[in-house]
Amino acid sequence: MNIHEYQAKELFALYGIPAPAGRHAKKEEDFAGALEQLPEGVIVVKSQIHAGGRGKGTFTDGFEGGVKLAKSREEAAEYGRKMLGNTLVTHQTGAEGRKVQTVYFSEGSEIEKEYYLAIVMDRATSCPVIIASTEGGVEIEKVAEATPEKIIRAVIDPTLGLRPYQARNIAFGLGFRDEQVKRTLKLLDGLYTLFWEKDASLVEVNPLITTPAGDVLALDAKVGFDDNALFRHPDIAAYRDLNEEDPKETEASEASLNYIALDGNIACMVNGAGLAMATMDIIKHYGGSPANFLDVGGGANAEQVTQAFTIILKDENVKGILVNIFGGIMKCDVIATGVLEAAKAVHLDRPLVVRLEGTNVEEGRKLLDQSDLKIVSADTLADAAKKIVDLVSGK
Amino acid sequence: MSILVNKDTRLLVQGITGKAGSFHARQCLDYGTNIVAGVTPGRGGERFEQQVPVFDTVSRAVGETGANASVIFVPPAFAGDSILEAIDAGIDLVVCITEGIPVKDMAEVKVKLEQSQTRLIGPNCPGIITPGECKIGIMPGYIHKPGKVGVISRSGTLTYEAVWQLTERGYGQSTCIGIGGDPISGTSHTDAIKLFNEDPDTEALILIGEIGGTAEEEAAAYIKDHVEKPVAAFIAGTTAPPGRRMGHAGAIVSGGTGTAEAKIQAMNEAGIEVAETPSHMAEALLRIYKG
Repeated sequence: MNIHEYQAKELFALYGIPAPAGRHAKKEEDFAGALEQLPEGVIVVKSQIHAGGRGKGTFTDGFEGGVKLAKSREEAAEYGRKMLGNTLVTHQTGAEGRKVQTVYFSEGSEIEKEYYLAIVMDRATSCPVIIASTEGGVEIEKVAEATPEKIIRAVIDPTLGLRPYQARNIAFGLGFRDEQVKRTLKLLDGLYTLFWEKDASLVEVNPLITTPAGDVLALDAKVGFDDNALFRHPDIAAYRDLNEEDPKETEASEASLNYIALDGNIACMVNGAGLAMATMDIIKHYGGSPANFLDVGGGANAEQVTQAFTIILKDENVKGILVNIFGGIMKCDVIATGVLEAAKAVHLDRPLVVRLEGTNVEEGRKLLDQSDLKIVSADTLADAAKKIVDLVSGK
Repeated sequence: MSILVNKDTRLLVQGITGKAGSFHARQCLDYGTNIVAGVTPGRGGERFEQQVPVFDTVSRAVGETGANASVIFVPPAFAGDSILEAIDAGIDLVVCITEGIPVKDMAEVKVKLEQSQTRLIGPNCPGIITPGECKIGIMPGYIHKPGKVGVISRSGTLTYEAVWQLTERGYGQSTCIGIGGDPISGTSHTDAIKLFNEDPDTEALILIGEIGGTAEEEAAAYIKDHVEKPVAAFIAGTTAPPGRRMGHAGAIVSGGTGTAEAKIQAMNEAGIEVAETPSHMAEALLRIYKG
């Protein structure tokens, strides 16, 4: 789960991680109150959406820049009014963009130099890894490719935590001296503690800056969390912003279904994540285009199947449905009954191909064949994919 | 022959009285797996299905029954602790079925695991089966058939798909192992390939991978240098959009790494026969292996 920058900055404050002062507002009438709490002078106005590239983004009404530098509170409020309720398109949002529902005002900082700092859970080592670089404000992937020698890495033993020598390696590695080193050690300690205590999957500060006064500050903040650990962090779970999610995906997650909307026209419903991905692949292989990823899990019942149908049919692009179930523990006749009930309940008006395999497959296929609904039965996965692609393309 | 599990495996079920644990323990017993003990804290002294003794702790269960393998059906919040308990009791093989364990818990488990002699399979996996001898996990037993093809996969139902394609064509399996879909797991593709490569009765392999991480590329490199046996593969997720988690916590493509294309290319370069669709896994293997 991702959170907004203003929420990440709240957590930074909680963990003693120095950052420029900031206040957020969700309504225009709250702008003045928020801005009054910031010192006079330069103010950065930032659109709050879960996507990168905000500064270089463009709003759908033509206004340019999701992050703006204002010289006064009046100018800051003016920018805020242009952003709030407007839709921002960046290279990460897709063409439809994301509606800005919160604006974050942040105290302007004098920048001496920009750095990069992040903590991620690394698959290769199965450990948290701190990544730092003197090349801040740019995409770290590009730095890693062009100048890998400028990246400092520290692998943290999860049972020992961040050790002081590792923090020193990073601080001195970035070229810091004296007070800057002390401040960086404290900042690193706060960042790692936040990462570990709250089950984060990513904490990224890009850029981390030094100021002429000798401060080390987190100018930006991006934090993501392990969905599987949210049960033990109600405070973090409360940060969830449903406006940033596809409503169909939200509904699916409430029904314990694993659904991701895509832009094709053949909906699929499958048991098991790997088989669900493979089903999307085979639709594409035979010339079709999947409308979604949907894993109903190993023990789905008739009710969940009905909910799954309801959700996938909400997508108006859907021209046909492919159901692919390998009934192992789930019996095929039970699944067939569920599919039939669901098709009736939602008054299914689009082609449906069902491929069943596994326990009680004969009984399951018989039920489908005997029904008066127009259901096309398929023997293998390839057969099923070909049939639905043909039906949808009108062959 | 087989790898890791056979008719001599003495299995312990952690979470045997729970809903999933009791259901699947019964299925494993029906298949002929030798379940010697169950563990549910506070339920020690009971008997499961009137035959399997239940203990409060893993160490007591191991002490009294000589269990040498364990399968875990404990809810995600407590599963990391259950794996640690099994490692501490000195069990050789731990199979963790549980899906949704926090990554942080697994990072801690992994440290302990590497200091021990225990092998972990999973978590978030269907388990391991040596057809006709021992089934540990949630896979439907009847789709399997004893034979000489080893199957390795991150995904459950996609494994069943491959196994069924083999069985339908008359080809049995030596052992089928589901290594799980999580970012941190106990046994990698490469670990499993090494075991199959050393097993004289495994003649060929089907390897099923998916997007995310670089485990498939590492496996391909190992096969290129060390494996003479015919290997076929399928990589799921060609159509997955970048940055989205596709069901499995590990299945996410980010920053240009972990893509299906990169994995397929590595497989081709290693001389592995890559199946064009998930419906052609057995066919791909049979193009290079006659049995």
